[in-house]
Amino acid sequence: MSSHQLSIRDLTISYHRIPAVHHLNLELHCGRCIALLGPNGAGKTTFFKALVGLIKPETGSISFGDGGGALHRDIAYLPQREQVDWDFPLTVRGLAEMGRYTRLGWWRRFGQSDRAAVDRALATLELTDLADRQISALSGGQQQRAFLARALAQEAHVLLLDEPFNGLDRPAQALLSEAMHRIVAEGNLVIVSHHDLKTVPELFEQVIFLNGELIAFGDTAATFTEANIEKTFGTPAFAGMPHRHRS
Amino acid sequence: MSHLDSLLLEPFRHEFMQRAFFGCALIGFTNGCLSAFIVLRRLALMADAMAHSLLPGLAIAILIFGLAPAGLFAGALVAALIVALGTQLISRASRIKEDTSLGLLFACAFSLGIVLLSVAPVRVELSHYLFGNILGLANSDLWIIYAISLVVLPLLIALERPLFLMMFEPSIAASQGIRVGALNFLLIGALVLSMISSLQAVGVVLVLGMLIAPAATVYLFSDSFTALFWGGGIVGMLESCLGLTLSYWLNLPSGSCIVLFMGIVFLAALIFSPRYGILTRSLRHRHLHEQSLARWKKSE
Repeated sequence: MSSHQLSIRDLTISYHRIPAVHHLNLELHCGRCIALLGPNGAGKTTFFKALVGLIKPETGSISFGDGGGALHRDIAYLPQREQVDWDFPLTVRGLAEMGRYTRLGWWRRFGQSDRAAVDRALATLELTDLADRQISALSGGQQQRAFLARALAQEAHVLLLDEPFNGLDRPAQALLSEAMHRIVAEGNLVIVSHHDLKTVPELFEQVIFLNGELIAFGDTAATFTEANIEKTFGTPAFAGMPHRHRS
Repeated sequence: MSHLDSLLLEPFRHEFMQRAFFGCALIGFTNGCLSAFIVLRRLALMADAMAHSLLPGLAIAILIFGLAPAGLFAGALVAALIVALGTQLISRASRIKEDTSLGLLFACAFSLGIVLLSVAPVRVELSHYLFGNILGLANSDLWIIYAISLVVLPLLIALERPLFLMMFEPSIAASQGIRVGALNFLLIGALVLSMISSLQAVGVVLVLGMLIAPAATVYLFSDSFTALFWGGGIVGMLESCLGLTLSYWLNLPSGSCIVLFMGIVFLAALIFSPRYGILTRSLRHRHLHEQSLARWKKSE
C-alpha cells in the first residue's frame, strides 16, 4: 500500500481564467500525514477541489497509484464543518454507510461486507457508541471523526481534510489527531489544510507551503522553517491579470 | 347495520367519492414521497413558484386546444419548465440571485395566466384551477394521476442513493462522480409532473400543502431518510383520505379540508413529537440539567 503515490504534474487551476494555483508539481506518498499551509486565498481549497475533480484543471494532470481506476473512489474530500447541513436526518452510522455507496453504485444491495466495513470504520474512530446519534447531536470533534469514518468506509486511500482542527479545543484536537494517525498507519495518505502554525510540528510529518505557487515541500523537520513561513505568509495572495496557458 | 358503520361506509357508496378516494390516495402518496426531497433540499419556495406558474400554461392551452386534458397537461408542463429554466438563466447570467428571479418570474407568470383566462373564449372558472375539484375527477384525470405516479415513484426509488448523496452535500456528491446538475433537473421534472397530477384534485395553490406537510411532519419524528421518504408517502396518503372523509361529513370544500387537516396533524407533531416536539424538548431540559449537575456530586 505504501508504494501508492499521488502524482501531481504541472497543475494549474483557474477561476475565470485567473489562476489560483500555478504549475504545481508534487509526488505524495501514502502512509504520510501532510499539512497544506498558506494564507487565505493561497489556493488551498481550490487545490483540494481540483484533486477531487470539482474544478477542471487548466493544465497538468493528477494521477493516483498506477494511474488506472477511478480517481473519485480513491480520494475522499471532507468539507469544512460550516458547509454541512447538520439537521439532515442522518445518524453517524448512516453517514458512514454513505461512504459505501461510491463502491456499491446506485442499486447494488448493502451486504455483509459493507456492514463490516462500516463497523470497522466506526470502531477505528471510536464512534461505535455514538453510531445511532443524529449528526447535530455530536460535538465538533466528533463530527469531524464521523466524516473521517465515512471516508474510511469508502476505503479511500487519499483523504483531503479542509481545516478540520478549526474551532476544536485541546482534547478534541488530540482525539482527532490520534484518529488521523491511525488512518495514516493503515497506509493512507492524509492531506490537511491547516492554519494554526504552532501545532504543525506535533501533528504532521510533512508540510506543503502554498501561495499560488508551490513555495516548499518536504519533511517537517527540514522544511518547516522561519524562512519558508515568512516567504509563504509574508506575500499577499496573487490576484493578477488573466493570462493564457497552453495546454 | 349499526349507525357507526353507516357513517363510516356512507361516503364510499357514491361513485364520485370512490373516484375521489382513489385519486386522493395516489396523489397523496406520490406528493408525500416527493415532499421528503422538498423539505430536505429547501425547495418549498421553488415548488410554490412552479405551482403558480402552471396557470399561464393552462390558460394558453385553453386558448389553443380548449379544455382537452392532453392540451392542459402539455401547457402546464411547458409553462413550469420555462419558469424553471428562466430562473436559472437570469440567476446565472446576472448578479440577481435565484430566489429573486424566481419570485419575480412566478408573480408575472401567474398574472399572465389570470389575464389570459379572462379573455379565453370558453368560460373558465378560475377557482377551479386555483383550488381544484376532487369530487369532479373524470376518468381522464384518474388516468393522468395513475400514469404520473407510475413514472415519478419508480424514478425516485431508482435514484434514491444518488439523490440522497446530492441532498446531503452536493459538492461531495459531485466529487464522487454524481452528475448533480442532471439529477437536480430530474427532481424538478418529477416535481412538476406530480403537481400537474394534483391539479384537478387540489389546484395550483393547495398542492403546495400536499408537497410539504407530510415530510415536514415525519421530519419531527425520525432521523432516517428512508423513513422520511416512505413515511411521507404513507402519511400523505392517509391524511388525504381522512381529510376527504372529513370534508364529506362536515360538508366543507374538500381540497382545503385535506390541506387544513395536514396542517393540524403537523401542528400536533410539532408540539407532541417524542423526539423533536416543542413540549418534550422543554420538559427534557430540566431533566438534563439535573444530570449535568450530578457530574460534580459524583466527584465530591
